Amino acid sequence: MFQNLPIPFLILSFLTILSALYVVTSKNPVHSVLALIFTFFTISAHYVLLNAQFLAVVNLIVYAGAIMVLFLFVLMLLNLSKETEPVKSNWWGIAAAISAGSLLLIITAAFQVTGEAVAKNPVEGIGLVKALGKVLFTRFVVPFELTGILFLAAMVGAVLLGKREKNNAVLLPKEEGGNS
Amino acid sequence: MSLLSIFNQVEISHYIYLSTVLFSIGLFGVLFRRNAIILLMCIELMLNAVNLLFTAFSTYMGDADGQIFVFFIMVVAAAEAAVGLAILVLVYRNTRKTDVSFLDQLKG
Repeated sequence: MFQNLPIPFLILSFLTILSALYVVTSKNPVHSVLALIFTFFTISAHYVLLNAQFLAVVNLIVYAGAIMVLFLFVLMLLNLSKETEPVKSNWWGIAAAISAGSLLLIITAAFQVTGEAVAKNPVEGIGLVKALGKVLFTRFVVPFELTGILFLAAMVGAVLLGKREKNNAVLLPKEEGGNS
Repeated sequence: MSLLSIFNQVEISHYIYLSTVLFSIGLFGVLFRRNAIILLMCIELMLNAVNLLFTAFSTYMGDADGQIFVFFIMVVAAAEAAVGLAILVLVYRNTRKTDVSFLDQLKG
């Protein structure tokens, strides 16, 4: 099944899955963030293999450049770089592994039944800016404008949430420490 | 080696398996971890698995619509990360914890 695959695809897939596993299992949140950035790089390499060059660049800029830097800033702002997470009992791990494993099993089994339903019809230059821009600004122009509104709402929400209230309203009862 | 030659060697099913494995790893993380920031990262991982599958189908079918949908998923992921991290900072400011199992005040 895997013997006749090209070597770059195999190496990239192996690295992707390995670093994704490290994101989940690492105790140190900073290591998790760095492993997730590496996962995004390998996924961008997959995009290049798939002839989606513009998407590869956008994935790097948006995910690895913007979102992950936001995560790193919040991690360092909250000073969570040390291992502060209490250890969960083993039963949680077993239950989570069974749930995720059964999802994997069901999807792969369902795909084994349906088989190949996609016709191969590769078109040259589909992932370049010219082709994507034409589609985005003709057929998808209304969703494109709506995402602008979504971004504005998200920005206003983030600013409002991040603002410190004057009367220091406490949402949760102060159990230990409280806010200073 | 032309990049298009990968279509002769890699089937779409391999991308489906890879995306399913990535999505399952993300789901396992969401169920297993307690740190809220790692939960958000696992959600990003699941979104990326879906993005990879969208791109694979788009390229194999020769239709650019899938890649446009990947853009929209990226926009939603960015908005979700911004608002989620703002909520996380607010929770940390009030409780000095980012452990989601402490946020059980609404259980009635």
